[in-house]
Amino acid sequence: MRKFAADQLTKIISSISTPVYAPVEDGSMVVYDRYEDGMTLRLDKVGTDKTPKDILFPQWENLMHFRMEGKTIQLTEEERAKEDYVIFGVRACDIQAIKVLDRVFLADPIDTYYAARREHGTIVGLACGEPAKSCFCKNFGVDPAKPDADVVLWPAGDCWYCEAYTDKGRALMESWPTEAADEAAVETIKAEIAVKYDALPFAKLNLNGFDGDHLMEKFDSPKWKKLSMPCLGCGSCTFACPTCQCYDIRDYDTGNGIQRYRCWDSCMYSDFTLMAHGTNRPTQVERYRQRFMHKLVYFPSRNDGMYSCVGCGRCIEKCPMNLNIVKVIKALGEGDSND
Amino acid sequence: MTKETLVPVLGIVTDVRVDTPDVKTFRVNAVDGGKCFEHMPGQCAMLSIPGVGEAMFSITSSPTNKEFMEFSIKKCGCLTNWLHQMDVGQMITVRGPYGNAFPVEEDLKGQDLLFIAGGIGLAPLRSVINYVRANRENYGKVRIVYGSRTKEDLVDYPEIVNEWCQEAGIEVFLTIDQAQEGWDGHVGFVPAYVTELGFDPHGRVLVCGPPIMIKFTTQALLEMGFDKTQIYTTMELRMKCGVGKCGRCNIGDQYVCKDGPVFRFDQLGELPAEY
Repeated sequence: MRKFAADQLTKIISSISTPVYAPVEDGSMVVYDRYEDGMTLRLDKVGTDKTPKDILFPQWENLMHFRMEGKTIQLTEEERAKEDYVIFGVRACDIQAIKVLDRVFLADPIDTYYAARREHGTIVGLACGEPAKSCFCKNFGVDPAKPDADVVLWPAGDCWYCEAYTDKGRALMESWPTEAADEAAVETIKAEIAVKYDALPFAKLNLNGFDGDHLMEKFDSPKWKKLSMPCLGCGSCTFACPTCQCYDIRDYDTGNGIQRYRCWDSCMYSDFTLMAHGTNRPTQVERYRQRFMHKLVYFPSRNDGMYSCVGCGRCIEKCPMNLNIVKVIKALGEGDSND
Repeated sequence: MTKETLVPVLGIVTDVRVDTPDVKTFRVNAVDGGKCFEHMPGQCAMLSIPGVGEAMFSITSSPTNKEFMEFSIKKCGCLTNWLHQMDVGQMITVRGPYGNAFPVEEDLKGQDLLFIAGGIGLAPLRSVINYVRANRENYGKVRIVYGSRTKEDLVDYPEIVNEWCQEAGIEVFLTIDQAQEGWDGHVGFVPAYVTELGFDPHGRVLVCGPPIMIKFTTQALLEMGFDKTQIYTTMELRMKCGVGKCGRCNIGDQYVCKDGPVFRFDQLGELPAEY
C-alpha cells in the first residue's frame, strides 16, 4: 500500500504522459472528459451524470467510409484506437459495468472497435468514501470499497491511499511521488464504507427468482402494465446507464461519400424494433419490460448469472417520472425482505 | 464469416430475375468472381447500399451452388425499394453468414422432409430444398407445400415446375389464396391445404411464411400428430449488427441473429411469444 498527499493529485494527473479521462465539470454536469489543467476535477461526485462508458463505447463513432461512383463502391475502414490512455477515478459500479460491456463486445465475434479501445486503457479505480442514497451496488456483487481496477485510490481527507493490482497499474504508478503506507488505515476506510453502505435505503434487495429459470414467470407477470404506465419512452435511463449497450448503425452523406457510424440506441424507443410489417413491441409495456427483463433475467441467463445492472443508481436520479429498476425488483421480487 | 464484425465485403450483382410483381432474385458474386463467403442453408447475410440502409436477408441459394449466392427479396421498404431498382453490375456490400442453419447434416439427415412455405417464406427454404436435391441420397421422401396470394406471386415458378415437379421422390403441392383465371390447381390458404392433404406424422417439417400462416400451419400439424420436436421454422426480427450485440432481435434470452434464425418449435415454445 502507498499514499500521496492530497495536494499532489492534480500534479500526478498532469504528469501522466498519455491522455487522461477523468470526472470533470461540464456546465451543470459531471462527465468523463479528457483532463486538462484548469478543469474542475470532481472525484467527490458519486453517480456522475455521464459514465466512463463514453470512453470505451462512445455515444457515436465512425465505423467506415464509402465512396460511391456510378455502380461502384469503395470501402475504407475507420482506424481502430491505437493510443494508450488512462481513465482516472472510476467507481466500483462503473468498473463492473465495463465487465458487462466486455461480455457483449468481446464475445465471439469480437467487436474490434471496442476491443482496441479496451486494450489501450488503464483504469484507476476510486473507492466510494461517501456512497449516495441511490446506491445499491452490493446487490450485484460490487464492493464500493474495493473497485476491481489496475490502480485503486482510497480517499482519506489529507491524503490518498493507492495500490496497483496489475502490470499496467504498476507501470502507471511508477513515477508517482508516493510513500509507503499502512495497510490497516485502508482497512479502516473500507470498514467505514461498509457501515455507510449498509445504512442506505436500497442496500439489500431481494433478487431471488431473477434468473433464466424464472424467465416466463417474470415475463408473464401482470405487474408490468402498471409498472410501465408512467413511462414516457424518453430513453434517459438507457443513456445514463453504464451498461446499456444497444446501438444503431446509420449512414450519412458527407457530400464526399457516405460515412457509416454507430450510435447509442434505446429499447425504450418505439422504432427500435420497427420492421416493414410492424413491430413486435407495439406499446411501452413491452418496451419497458424488455429493458428490465434484459438486465435482470436475459443477461444473467446468458452470462453465468452476471446481472447487467450494477446498482449505480443513475436511473433513480435521472428518470423524469421517478421510475427505476429498484421499483421493478421490489414489485417482481420474491419473498418479503423487500419491504 | 467476413473477417471483421460490422465491416462488409463488396459484392457485385451479376443477374437480376423478376420473380413476382414484388419479388426479385439477385445473383451476387464477389468482386473478383466466386462467392463472397460460404454458408449453410438457413443462414443469412447483411446486404447494404451505403447511404440507403443495411438489412438482414436469408440466403436463397444452396451452398452446393459453388458459383454465386442468390437473394430473393420482396419490395417492402426503403432499402428493398432501392435494391429493386438495381441493374446488373451494381456493387453492394455483404457481410455474414449470420446465425445458425437448418440441421441438414444432423437431425434432418435420413428423414422424410415436408417443406411448407407461404409467399416470400420460400426464400430460406429454397436453400434447404436445393441442398437436399444436391445430396439426394442422404434424405428420404421430399414433399413441398407452397402457397401464395396469386399464381403470379409464386417465387421462381419456373424452377418449381420445370425442376422440382419433374424429380423422382419430390412431390409438390401448390395453392393460391383465391381462384383466378388460368389456374387449375388448388385454391385456399396453406394451413387448410395442409390439413386437407393429411400427412403422416413422421419425418421432419420445415415451415416458413407470414407469422399467421406459421401459427395455423403448426396447429394443423400438431393436430395431425406431429410433435413439436419435428417442426422447424426460421424467424426474422429487426437487426442491426447480426452478431448478438446491438440488442434488438432478442426473443427472451435468445438472439435471433446469433442463436437463430432457425428454431425448433419445442425450443420456441419455451420463449416469450414476443415476435
